[in-house]
Amino acid sequence: MPRVKVPRKSTAIDMTAMCDVSFLLLTFFILTATARQPDPLDIKTPSSTVQFKVPDKDLGILSIGKGKVFFEIIGQDVKKLTLQKMGEKFGTTFSPDELKRFAVVSAFGVPIQSMKQFLTMNGDQREKSGIQTGIPTDSTTTGQLYQWIQQSRLATAELHNTDMRITIKGNSEEEYETVRKIVDVLQKQKVNKFSLITSAEGAAK
Amino acid sequence: MAELDTSSGGEKGGKVRSKKQSTKVDLTAMVDLAFLLITFFMLTTSLSKPLAMDIAKPDKDEKNDDNKLELRASQTMTILLGKNNKVAWYMGEAGKSTPTIEGFVDIRASLLKNKENVKKTTGKDIIVIIKPAKGSTYKNFVDIMDELNITKTNISAPAIDDDPAHLQEGEIQAMKQGGIY
Repeated sequence: MPRVKVPRKSTAIDMTAMCDVSFLLLTFFILTATARQPDPLDIKTPSSTVQFKVPDKDLGILSIGKGKVFFEIIGQDVKKLTLQKMGEKFGTTFSPDELKRFAVVSAFGVPIQSMKQFLTMNGDQREKSGIQTGIPTDSTTTGQLYQWIQQSRLATAELHNTDMRITIKGNSEEEYETVRKIVDVLQKQKVNKFSLITSAEGAAK
Repeated sequence: MAELDTSSGGEKGGKVRSKKQSTKVDLTAMVDLAFLLITFFMLTTSLSKPLAMDIAKPDKDEKNDDNKLELRASQTMTILLGKNNKVAWYMGEAGKSTPTIEGFVDIRASLLKNKENVKKTTGKDIIVIIKPAKGSTYKNFVDIMDELNITKTNISAPAIDDDPAHLQEGEIQAMKQGGIY
């Protein structure tokens, strides 16, 4: 009886196509991943069980930590228009170059008077110089924080035709009193609904 | 596999003979690495998104601060946030019932119990008032709002009364006694 000969086949597979695809995907994910900006205030957010994720546009983030307030506006176009409007309010004009620089700033906490100086610095200097003393929070309608929030809301409405969502990102150990002051500023301009940013916690039992 | 034709056309005139080497490269390790990185980036992009807890506060009237909402005493539970991560809660009116001082671990059970009691006796949903007092941290506030979410005691929106002037004498007294004010 003749023996059946099974031809031996190589087990090596052509990996080229697989490699191509995986690197394509890798490139895609790397590019879409947003680089995490270093937080000027070291904030540890409290955790909660809510599942609602923060949208990534038309957003204003108020960071509260160490008794200071920082503000961050999402969206370069909104940022530019906001700074322009702020300049008009406080009697300074910002050059197109300064507006461009401001468009890439993430969270900032400087009084409007030192904004020009702040914009000429680079990231390292901003951190070191101690110029970021927080936005003045006096709760009058001419106060800077009040104006920042209002002007950014106006800018969002103008450019994107939607309401800006205001979120508060507070440090866990912050006294509630500090947060209350910020909320008061919000309520003064009839922002009664806002969100608190929290990190995830195990699901509710 | 990926390979190049490295053989020269003919070897008639060639004097220099180089050894033919295969250009096949084993891509397995590379693919492994690529997939590992893909997984990492996929997970971090969706996981790093922070979560938002929506808070609605009653409209504030600057001119007259006495636009108070009358609440039924039988239906309300007031939670006072104090220092050292402690809360004090009482049912009904201030001063009439002694507040219970609790930690954040026990408040969930109390919320559930009170919710049931109110439903049983009045047939209505419980109304919770949160009063953050001096010494309470932001974390306490988020935690208590989260507890309300978990226990579903926020059917009728919880009232957040954070004006220090609204803290009543009886409440402060009780919190002082409990050592959390």
